[in-house]
Amino acid sequence: MGVEGIGAKVLRKEDRRFITGRGRYVDDMSVPGMKYAAFVRSPHAHAKIASLDTSAAEAMPGVIGVLNGRQLQGDGIGNLICGWAVSSKDGTPMKMGAWPALASETVRHVGQAVAIVVADTQAQARDAAEAVMVEYGELPVVTRAVDALKDGAPQLHPEAPGNLIFDWEIGDKAATDAAFAEAAHVTKLHIHNNRLVPNPMEPRAALGLYDPAEDHYTCWTTSQNPHVARLVMSAFYNVAPEHKLRVIAPDVGGGFGSKIYIYPEEIVCLWASKRTGVPVKWTSDRTEAFLTDAHGRDHETEVEMALDADNKILALRVETVANLGAYMSLFSSATPTYLYATLLSGQYDIPAIHANVKAVYTNTVPVDAYRGAGRPEATYVVERTMETAARELGISPADFRRKNFIRSFPHQTPVIMAYDAGDFDATLNAGMEAADVAGFEARREEAKSRGKLRGLGMSCYIEACGIAPSKAVGSLGAGVGLWESAEVRVNPVGTIEILTGSHSHGQGHETTFAQLVAERFGLPVDNVQVIHGDTDKVQFGMGTYGSRSGAVGMSAIHKALDKVEAKAKKIAAHVLEADEGDIVIENGEVKVAGTDKKLGWHEVCLGAYTGHNLPDGMEPGLKEGAFYDPTNFTFPAGCYICEVEVDPETGTTDIIQFVAADDFGRVINPMIVEGQVHGGLAQGIGQALLEGTHYDESGQLTTASYMDYAMPRAWDLPMFKVSTTETLCPGNPLGMKGCGEAGAIGSPPAVINAITDAIGNNELTMPATPEKVWKALNAVR
Amino acid sequence: MYETSYHRPSSLAEATQLAAEKGDEAKYLSGGMTLIPTMKQRLAAPEALIDLRHVAELKGISVNGRLIRIGGGTTHAEVATNDEIKSVCPGFAALAGLIGDPAVRHMGTVGGSVANFDPAADYPAALLALGATIHTDKREMPADEFFQGLFETALDEGEIVTAVSFEAPDQCAYEKFRNPASRYAMCGVFVARRADGVKVGVTGSGSSGAFHWSDAESALSGNFSPEAVDGLSASEDDMIADIHGSSAYRANLVKVVTKRAVKKALAH
Amino acid sequence: MTDVTITVNGREMKGAVEDRTLLVQFLRENLGLTGTHVGCDTSQCGACVVHVDGRAVKSCTMLAVQASGSSVTTIEGLANGQELHPVQAAFREHHGLQCGYCTPGMIMTAVDMIERHGSSLDEETVREELDGNICRCTGYHNIVKAILSAAGASQAPAMAAE
Repeated sequence: MGVEGIGAKVLRKEDRRFITGRGRYVDDMSVPGMKYAAFVRSPHAHAKIASLDTSAAEAMPGVIGVLNGRQLQGDGIGNLICGWAVSSKDGTPMKMGAWPALASETVRHVGQAVAIVVADTQAQARDAAEAVMVEYGELPVVTRAVDALKDGAPQLHPEAPGNLIFDWEIGDKAATDAAFAEAAHVTKLHIHNNRLVPNPMEPRAALGLYDPAEDHYTCWTTSQNPHVARLVMSAFYNVAPEHKLRVIAPDVGGGFGSKIYIYPEEIVCLWASKRTGVPVKWTSDRTEAFLTDAHGRDHETEVEMALDADNKILALRVETVANLGAYMSLFSSATPTYLYATLLSGQYDIPAIHANVKAVYTNTVPVDAYRGAGRPEATYVVERTMETAARELGISPADFRRKNFIRSFPHQTPVIMAYDAGDFDATLNAGMEAADVAGFEARREEAKSRGKLRGLGMSCYIEACGIAPSKAVGSLGAGVGLWESAEVRVNPVGTIEILTGSHSHGQGHETTFAQLVAERFGLPVDNVQVIHGDTDKVQFGMGTYGSRSGAVGMSAIHKALDKVEAKAKKIAAHVLEADEGDIVIENGEVKVAGTDKKLGWHEVCLGAYTGHNLPDGMEPGLKEGAFYDPTNFTFPAGCYICEVEVDPETGTTDIIQFVAADDFGRVINPMIVEGQVHGGLAQGIGQALLEGTHYDESGQLTTASYMDYAMPRAWDLPMFKVSTTETLCPGNPLGMKGCGEAGAIGSPPAVINAITDAIGNNELTMPATPEKVWKALNAVR
Repeated sequence: MYETSYHRPSSLAEATQLAAEKGDEAKYLSGGMTLIPTMKQRLAAPEALIDLRHVAELKGISVNGRLIRIGGGTTHAEVATNDEIKSVCPGFAALAGLIGDPAVRHMGTVGGSVANFDPAADYPAALLALGATIHTDKREMPADEFFQGLFETALDEGEIVTAVSFEAPDQCAYEKFRNPASRYAMCGVFVARRADGVKVGVTGSGSSGAFHWSDAESALSGNFSPEAVDGLSASEDDMIADIHGSSAYRANLVKVVTKRAVKKALAH
Repeated sequence: MTDVTITVNGREMKGAVEDRTLLVQFLRENLGLTGTHVGCDTSQCGACVVHVDGRAVKSCTMLAVQASGSSVTTIEGLANGQELHPVQAAFREHHGLQCGYCTPGMIMTAVDMIERHGSSLDEETVREELDGNICRCTGYHNIVKAILSAAGASQAPAMAAE
């Protein structure tokens, strides 16, 4: 490898624009004639719209237009959809209620848009939005999923009787029941996986531009997957035909899943631009973000684990109720099913598993994938149960896990997933060593002498990334394939552009992807430009989520580089009169192995474009594309160990040490990988300690700003101890597994296991706020 | 934010005259650290804003022996870093250094905080415990009389807090337990010890704003040690209860935080 | 509309604004200085931090008219031409940013913090002083490292000058 190749800590190419204030985010965009939008939103969680009067608003200063849901429907704009069909165990398809981009009859959560105002300034648009008179007839409200399933609960959608979207199962119920009948010990837990608000620091924004002269639409939007946005907006929402719609996701300030989905606002801005004849920009404020960005998690689960007399796991039985909110967001059905229950085997050899998941409508913000998406929920179920079982059995949590680890690969779990490779002992040992678990009891005693309660908690997670083989997801109901595409464009002077369907919104693709070129041809990363986020530039792509940009996106680049390399070698062999098999490319030179015959990389590239001396029949040019479809999921895994100190007087938890020992397969840039883990850990620790979403009885989100939703601050977190082991993934050419979500997946159970260890009470829900910990402590002392 | 009009007087007289002209549609703008966020959320809509940041009479800190006088326009950062206050009354300077975050402390002012009397504001706890005097453009009065209830003070319409003054106690300290979300005080306790007794001011917990914890004052006046508070319990009935903490939890915090403030004061 | 005059990054800028215009709106919309960001409505996230008369201030919590007559430095004014400010360089060197959205406010806060504390900054103080800056990407680990490193670095030239 070169100094900037695979495995090198290369400083980020993209940093300079961000640290000098030259990043370009959607809200930074400005086009001639641009006007500003504000949405009129429902103040009620559930209501009929009795009337809507826009006349006063239309007369306000600066107002260009006020548009409503009836006009939207009249123009044939389609309802929002969920793009992954999941069926109930009885074979019936999921029950999807209608979700218009602007509600015209019924609103089902606080914040749902009912109209848009376009005005000269943002302040004028907001002034006028307040002047839109909407009369509502309030309906009864339900916000908790288990309540929504009860007889007599308020009903949200006529399409979904009993608010039940699907009642889905996976695994072998009979085998599981039989194993429980034989069990020497059964561990049971009730788990609430708390609802989270993703909160990327850049609020969502959209700028819609309709050009009547060209009959062409452009949409700048805060998206993790602009091509998917274009496809969905044209194929399902009829906003614009695909070939007449350009979607641009420029610099995007974090996503964490919440910017995968195509939301009402970008649809309406595009439509409103055509209707009003002006470019329309909308930028969410933070309160709107809380009320409209898809939330994450919100599961209630009953779990039971059956063990034999030798402490081997016999079976796992899981009943989960998943709150999907008021509408089915784009991938909402997959998150609590195929991304959740398929990971319930964890790192363990569990002969029988049965899981039942009920997905439910409530009068809350729609719930969809948020960093980890289903896998944090699965890991929390498995790892809280493992820790609890070990405590009940009086054995060391580490030994209990070791006893049940999967050690032979490939391993077929009872819940679809076939693990291809892993070494769970390696990460467990690395974690325990880094955490100095051996010295913990002495530290616990020392803390006790200061009046503090120390606890140690562990979590051994596995997740499925590299999403995903198109055939497999197609068979499971996905509406799209989950391959990725790349194009490598070599310029006549030898510099290179990589066009990728992945989208970078913090992950550092512009650097990591360039490192593949450095590795391959020995060129400096500065000679490589990575282009993404624009449907007019990039061929096609499925975007960035599910830790897929490495394992899938870079595999596509790898494949395209293979083709470029092969062609360059052919050209060089022809020019140098050598055998193609003897050509090697290194350090920017194309050489005949074992001789001093060589060409500069730029000479080969120029030769490709002059076409003066190419092999007979070869097309000029040096540009290759590839589509890569993975053959399997990838399986990052690791061991997280959290050490906490609880202040018994206030219930405050301090994280004294957090160790993450991960196996991500091949690491391209360790600096960036570590950064991904740090960020994931912060979100996972945030879930465990701080981030609680609360609805009151009337369905108002009472945690709709940073005044009430506790975001992790620097003060809440320690320096992290992270390390990686490297078991290569056999399923893709680079051996990569993915690292984007692991931190958020593995950390919550480690934190809660540590706190419950410290306080000696296993009854504790997330977020473990000081008050909850204090109460749990008082309950046992 | 709704439309508003901005005015920048350079003297107290000019400011109060503007206020008189504009009537109850006007609001004084000092640091703006509460008012502007409130206006941004359209929860306040003053038609006129009278900016006090350029009023010279509101500036300045004077320390004469143990007598401290802080102009209403003084920022939290100026209080926190003032060497004389730090030497005579370190607990008060430390309190100012715990308000908000650095950017807030650069703008927010003593006068603004005192006049607003947010139930989670830090200064009121100290001013109650210190027996401070609140000075306005019209009069002066003890903090005990000035602070009347939730967001409610003795200020008349158009009246401006020009300064606070107090005599530094023998020992004092402020201890703050932050709300994990807003980072405001969920409980903040200022203890001040003088020859004639101990005063305890509590903020963030009381349902009517900052208050004296008189039981603790008596106990600590007899024995200024954390243990003196052990046998006491703050009344749950007077505590805030919200999604961040029940009244029982806040009552516990009042006790724990008071003990810690005493411990801190003893260490000075 | 009110006329304002604000010296921004060393240049005197004039403009007419509604009195309700926030300083951050003036910077972004009137001057096109879009490096200063808005991440919340409650003055807590710090994405908008700029320096007003040499001190870190949240430009989302100050009216443009309030800043009239003041001198403002934004993230765009920090580097000396092509030469990065040491704090900017430290953020890059230590990977103290990912999506870049909170970064301008973080850097402006860090510069102010280092000016006030110098090389006496320790991890605890840095974390405490970042109370008004929220980052969702980095877990703060590398931001803290970058600031500590820059605090050491910026001290060195000052000592050399003495």
